[in-house]
Amino acid sequence: MSSFKRDKKEEEDGGGNPFQNIEKTAVLQEARVFNENLINARKCTQILTKILYLLNQGEQLGSTEATEVFFAMTKLFQSKDVILRRMVYLGIKELSSVANDVIIVTSSLTKDMTGKEDLYRAAAIRALCSITDATMLQAIERYMKQAIVDKNPAVSSAALVSSLHMTKIAYDVIKRWVNEAQEAVNSDNVMVQYHALGVLYHIRKSDRLAVTKLVAKLTRMSLKSPYAVCLLIRIACKLLEEEDTANDSSLFDFIESCLRHKSEMVTYEAAHAIVNLRKTTSHELVPAISVLQLFCSSPKPALRFAAVRTLNQVAISHPAAVTACNLDLENLITDSNRSIATLAITTLLKTGAESSVDRLMKQIATFVSEISDEFKVVVVQAIRALALKFPRKHSVLMNFLSAMLRDEGGLEYKASIADTIITMIEDNPEAKEAGLAHLCEFIEDCEHTSLAVKILHLLGKEGPRTKQPSRYIRFIYNRVILENPTVRAAAVSAMSQFGALCPDLLENILVLLARCQMDTDDEVRDRATYYSHILKQKDQGLYESYILQPLQISIPCLERSLREYLEAPSDTPFDIKSVPLATVPTEEEKQATVQKTEGILTIGPSKPIPVSREENYTERLSTLPGIQTLGPLFKSSEIIELTESETEYVVRCVKHCYTKHMVLQFDCINTLNDVLLENVRIQLDPSEGYIILSEIPCSKLPYNELASSYVILQMPEDLPSCFGTFGAVLKFIVKDCDPTTGLPETDNGYDDEYILENLEITLGDHIQRLHKINWAAAWEAAAARGYIEMEDTYSLSSTNTLEEAVKNIVQFLGLQPQERTDIVLEGKTTHTLLLAGVFRGGIEVLVRTKLALADGITMQLTVRSPDSDIAELIISAVG
Amino acid sequence: MGGLLSYFKGLFGAREMRILILGLDGAGKTTILYRLQVGEVVTTIPTIGFNVEQVQYKNLKFQVWDLGGQTSIRPYWRCYYSNTDAIIYVVDSADKERIGISKDELFHMLREEELQDAILVVLANKQDMAGCMSVAEVHQALGLDALKNRTFQIFKTSATKGEGLDQAMDWLSNALQSRK
Repeated sequence: MSSFKRDKKEEEDGGGNPFQNIEKTAVLQEARVFNENLINARKCTQILTKILYLLNQGEQLGSTEATEVFFAMTKLFQSKDVILRRMVYLGIKELSSVANDVIIVTSSLTKDMTGKEDLYRAAAIRALCSITDATMLQAIERYMKQAIVDKNPAVSSAALVSSLHMTKIAYDVIKRWVNEAQEAVNSDNVMVQYHALGVLYHIRKSDRLAVTKLVAKLTRMSLKSPYAVCLLIRIACKLLEEEDTANDSSLFDFIESCLRHKSEMVTYEAAHAIVNLRKTTSHELVPAISVLQLFCSSPKPALRFAAVRTLNQVAISHPAAVTACNLDLENLITDSNRSIATLAITTLLKTGAESSVDRLMKQIATFVSEISDEFKVVVVQAIRALALKFPRKHSVLMNFLSAMLRDEGGLEYKASIADTIITMIEDNPEAKEAGLAHLCEFIEDCEHTSLAVKILHLLGKEGPRTKQPSRYIRFIYNRVILENPTVRAAAVSAMSQFGALCPDLLENILVLLARCQMDTDDEVRDRATYYSHILKQKDQGLYESYILQPLQISIPCLERSLREYLEAPSDTPFDIKSVPLATVPTEEEKQATVQKTEGILTIGPSKPIPVSREENYTERLSTLPGIQTLGPLFKSSEIIELTESETEYVVRCVKHCYTKHMVLQFDCINTLNDVLLENVRIQLDPSEGYIILSEIPCSKLPYNELASSYVILQMPEDLPSCFGTFGAVLKFIVKDCDPTTGLPETDNGYDDEYILENLEITLGDHIQRLHKINWAAAWEAAAARGYIEMEDTYSLSSTNTLEEAVKNIVQFLGLQPQERTDIVLEGKTTHTLLLAGVFRGGIEVLVRTKLALADGITMQLTVRSPDSDIAELIISAVG
Repeated sequence: MGGLLSYFKGLFGAREMRILILGLDGAGKTTILYRLQVGEVVTTIPTIGFNVEQVQYKNLKFQVWDLGGQTSIRPYWRCYYSNTDAIIYVVDSADKERIGISKDELFHMLREEELQDAILVVLANKQDMAGCMSVAEVHQALGLDALKNRTFQIFKTSATKGEGLDQAMDWLSNALQSRK
């Protein structure tokens, strides 16, 4: 009581936290009183509190210090003071990971967990499990099993949760407690039932059949605990996602029935589960959405928030279903809780009609300054979606975004706005000028270097092609005067783009670049010198290759090649052509990343820079014998399945293309747990002209492990015979083995084989995608440099729409579509598809296809390439 | 003033005496502890760590620490030596093979600075077992003759039958009280 009064007084004094000024060494010194014969429980409780406080503030104890405190703390077991004892449990848990020999309290804790004092038992179990390792667990196993089925719910829950934690270190022991957990599932207590189900599921997780049985049984017996039902819904969802069957199974019926559960928690969980299931049809969605709709008008803010948040997520995948809730969402716009209001508005923006955009934007503008950055990002993402949907509204949206840009905000927020504006500029030519103007204004006062650099790069790319390029120069040159070296360097690069593309500005640019050559920073001077030298040559070809077209090789590969070159010096100069090209991410990969970022509130560790397939594989392949002589890896194909899924053996193939060789990598998985495969190899029946140089078998293939076998082939000189179909047979020695240990039962195996699907080598395997910044310029330059041009006209009978034709051509040729020509505008009857790529050996290939739709599709295909054989190859391959 | 204080101390049984029960694993330490505390034989399992209980004998209060005797736990005994008034050292009289180890542990412990003033009680336990060593034999095997400057006594006990413990505790109470 007195301490309470003192605390209160200190609070009035503004003292606040009584632990504010404590220090580790002083507290450790104080902890020595634990060793005294007569324990002062109150004093010791306070000291323990201080220790716990320090540890929770992030203070680190050395192992000696911790051990000393820990042993001193064990002396406190002589006190019968309940509060002190419970503090000791907490202390044990905190120190168990740092102190040595913590098992010393095992007996004492075991006694407390089985003793009469109920206040001790649950906490003692938790402390005991924190000091127990896998070997000691057996000693307390009996007590744990008893505790799981104890009548006291706190004890039972503690034992169950501790068991769950222990599965990480001793799964095999915990597995034996399944009967006890099973019994606890029948408990009347809501928490015990929930925890017991958690343990049961965890024990059986790896056994799909067992989980299915568990779920089937529990869905029938109607669990009492809403928490347990929620967990069961989640397990059922997981099963549904894994299963191949349609949603009409009993699992889905169970989830659907939960929509009518009396607990709000369960109904929400069920609704959330249904809308998030990948295979949910719009018909199945209706009842779930109406549950969420009901929650929208709930008096409880948590429910409203949950409902509107879920609706916001679904608005991306099922906009039509969410439209039904528009009226309820409208009511939430003015909700006193800003988070709910923001989510409601952004959901409406995603689903609403074009006419309501202005009104909603006005509404959101009234409180956008009051919400946190995370929610502002949600708003920005909604605007991005809106801009793509209603390109005509670009001016309203753009004004709104530029107002947001001017406000205070963190990098992530600003970056998402800039990204949105950039997307709008790229997608909507009408928005370009306005967008660039807003961005110019923004960089005048931008504190984030990375953003400024990004915008300058964009200005360099887009600015020269606007009606009045000269107006951007001032903004860019201002950066050279005012900013840090990184931004100055970016500004110099951007200016040179104008110089290369706008002949009438060239003289002025040269003057500005000359001034930049006086800069204090090396990089800025270097760039200015480099660009002004090239610009003075007045040669469009030079501009093309050294200013407009950035380096297209893969940077990690360049680094590796240079390192290798330095390690083994030779007289020949380093050849940059030997470095593999950087791959352009395919549309699917791009979409995958977009999808990921479109969920709401994606705040997390920034993703690692994606490494291309080739870079990944190069590391792996470099260990193969004889691979060094083949030169650098040119291209790796996507993974091709050579078996049906769910067969005994799964084989996938990756085709690695080198300048003159092909390396086939076969990833094999053995799905039979009672056999061990040895000497696993692929017998290939290559098409004519291919020569098998070597086969690298994989010596052992145990159950459920992935191992690879390789075949190295020499490609035929004659280009057309490079394509063909290879027969493939998986050959191996089978040894029966014990399913539990995986050890073979006998030494003698027998030979066996398994027929695989045929493997096709296509044109696309020999071509690496390439991205041209300015395709038209490259196309003209190709003619100027004397590339061979070939042309032919085809009629495509198998396809009926332009979209399909474009998709097929891109896939077949393995070239990169340029300037977004892979998107066919709706209602058009003609389309031009521009493609670029590099054939193995570094030979550039440019392709223009003109498509016309009239009773089937007619296609005129023009190829430009320095090598006539390759141009001819592409012409003939299409036919 | 001091006299008055000691008078009150005497009246209320003074401070708790701190006693350690030590010995090799399986000697019967935990059984003895609970025999003393609740007067019954409880089923025990090997002690990993320690048990600590308050024991009232006659009008004296003891704080009794029973430390596990397994090889892996013996090194930790020393963490609990300070402020110890008495040691009850328990020997399994039927375990002739390890009596030598028991002797080594005993003398190793008695050399500790912190235990110089502690009174020693040796219990030759499990006297009910057939073919066990007699008190004299245990005395001999532990080499207790060599003990100098130490208040000590040896008793034959059977913790399961409850024999001999009272005599030992009587002696210990007297020895502790007379020492003050």
